Amino acid sequence: MKIGLFVPCYVDQFYPKVAIATYELLQKLGCDVSFPMKQTCCGQPMANSGYEHLSKDCDANFIANFAEFDYVVSPSGSCTLHVKEHLHDEKNEQLATQIRKRVYELTEFITDILKIETIEGNFPHKVGLHYSCHGQRMLHLAQMSELNLPFFSKPEQLLRGIKGLELVSLGKKDECCGFGGTFCVTEEAISAKMGQDRVKDHENQQVEYITGYDMSCLMHLEGTLKRQKSPIKIIHIAQILNGL
Amino acid sequence: METKIIEHSKAAELFIKDEKRTDWHNETLWFVREKRDKAAFQIPDWELLRETASQIKNNVLSNMNQYLIDFEANAKNNGIIVHWAADADEHNKIVHSIMEKHGVSQMVKSKSMLTEECHLNEYLTEKGIDVIDSDLGERIVQLRKEAPSHIVLPAIHLKKADVSETFHKFLGTEKGNNDPKYLTEAARHHLRDTFLTRKIALTGVNFAIAETGEFVVCTNEGNADMGVHLADVHIACMGFEKIIPQRKHLAVFLRLLARSATGQPITTYSSHFKKPGEGKEIHLVIVDNGRSTQLGREDFRSSLKCIRCGACMNTCPVYRRSGGHSYHNAVAGPIGSILAPNLDMSKNADLPFASTLCGSCTNVCPVKIDIHVQLYKWRQKLVKEGYSPKSKTLMMKGMSAVLSNPVFFNLAGKMGRFVLEKMPGLVSNGLNPWYKQREMPAPPEESFREWYQKNSTASKDKNNEQ
Repeated sequence: MKIGLFVPCYVDQFYPKVAIATYELLQKLGCDVSFPMKQTCCGQPMANSGYEHLSKDCDANFIANFAEFDYVVSPSGSCTLHVKEHLHDEKNEQLATQIRKRVYELTEFITDILKIETIEGNFPHKVGLHYSCHGQRMLHLAQMSELNLPFFSKPEQLLRGIKGLELVSLGKKDECCGFGGTFCVTEEAISAKMGQDRVKDHENQQVEYITGYDMSCLMHLEGTLKRQKSPIKIIHIAQILNGL
Repeated sequence: METKIIEHSKAAELFIKDEKRTDWHNETLWFVREKRDKAAFQIPDWELLRETASQIKNNVLSNMNQYLIDFEANAKNNGIIVHWAADADEHNKIVHSIMEKHGVSQMVKSKSMLTEECHLNEYLTEKGIDVIDSDLGERIVQLRKEAPSHIVLPAIHLKKADVSETFHKFLGTEKGNNDPKYLTEAARHHLRDTFLTRKIALTGVNFAIAETGEFVVCTNEGNADMGVHLADVHIACMGFEKIIPQRKHLAVFLRLLARSATGQPITTYSSHFKKPGEGKEIHLVIVDNGRSTQLGREDFRSSLKCIRCGACMNTCPVYRRSGGHSYHNAVAGPIGSILAPNLDMSKNADLPFASTLCGSCTNVCPVKIDIHVQLYKWRQKLVKEGYSPKSKTLMMKGMSAVLSNPVFFNLAGKMGRFVLEKMPGLVSNGLNPWYKQREMPAPPEESFREWYQKNSTASKDKNNEQ
């Protein structure tokens, strides 16, 4: 089973440690994983801004990079969702459809495809888990607070095997952090306020770390935390699961 | 009240300047969302109920013409006078003509978002008609010459002290007395006189039943009933999407409506109107005003399933922090943002972008409208039809060129990290909206792909071979 590692563009450039952790973790779990060097961006920044028609070149590049793999795995719910919902190819739609079906977010790939219940490790800290919206509400990585349905959480399930990790319960379980792609600059006031409120919820629980499966939201929270000179740190779930 | 439109982002920025008030607004609406959760989760089959309501409404949308024909025939049989209005202007003219016919210049009106959409109050006031809104929240905003900020809780943007101030100014209550009981009592006395003297009462419509030709009006204050029963003429106004096929379907919708709206099991009053009393008249104005256009838009037609519960507003993290007025449309929040562009794309082009696409709205919607999907689709449509600023289009074209090309991308990434490292002032300044309240990420020494070239299993194997 050949796995293509899809690293979101901003993770590649700004958070290489997250991608390294993902790569190493998948290897530890016995996967034959490689990173196609010519991958760039999934096109989501354009599409969510109303310019989906400008993301065709990104689509073509994505397909060229990932066509050969059995699975495409990414440490991001949002980018995975974009590919799953919007990847197209006028010349070879069948191939695009296949790739759309093969792309997985990291935690769901581990629980659903690798069928691994939980991962053992050690992280003796008080942690808040931020449920990023796209992964949660659209990829269904976890149950949503709005629905009257039984609880489940793929990321939480994986974290349960980590010794010493104390997961806190937040006031607003799955409130958006306000990042929202270009929303963070076009609606700066609301976006920043949402980030501050999200941080406050975690602060109220005295967490040492905020973790999650989407680095974009964590980047937003990190920017907010750093501005406030908060001691709270952010860490991607792949880093915890990989033992840093 | 045609005022200059302030874009959502600007209006939100102004709203948020008063941070304490924003926090209060946020938590007040979140409290309603939590009440909704409690009420909804007491019903084991809640999700099935939503699905059922959604399917009934899908059926209505697909058979709208027949249901409307049936409804009109049955209503007429019951003695209701039915009017059809193609747009807001015709709706307003019809209402006014009924007033003129009866020689009446005063009206008592219970809550109707349709009349807000049609700006009926302004129209009638210009014609010399005195309109009094009898819903307490509506009355408060009416006195203040404001629009409702929420479809269910029209004065939710106001605190007790604001209401006290308003009542002091207009109803002569004691200055500084913020006691809700005292203020409500004052409103009761003020409205009691209105109810007793008005000959024409206008109400909205929550559900119109095709099978029987009757309609149902839901209120908590009983103000619709009070107005109607004491008046000689009842005018009811409805958008044509209020149709449901049969009376039995009310059992689905009445269970969903109040639970979704305020967390109550049912509205205090769910009043059925079927035929006029002795010597009285019921007029029903059925309004299109863009609805048939929306019905013809495949991507957006399901927005017409909306039963106006407001749950999407209460859960929306953006609405909670920007207030209803920032949406400059009769219906605010997520649902307003997918309805408004249908009415006027140019005026409302900002609204589908006033969202992080978090999808919470879709999950609370009792009729399962895929609101966040439609927000995304409106963005595509608005850009394609030219309602996006040229500067944004240029930026997007630039981004697309860089982000789709591996060579440009690597170069830009290196430059970006270099700039952040060596000249942070170039990005960490007042011109960068991100930096106003958030720090930029710290630039790492190398990108992942640079690390991978040196450290991946494949490259290590290669190195070993050499």
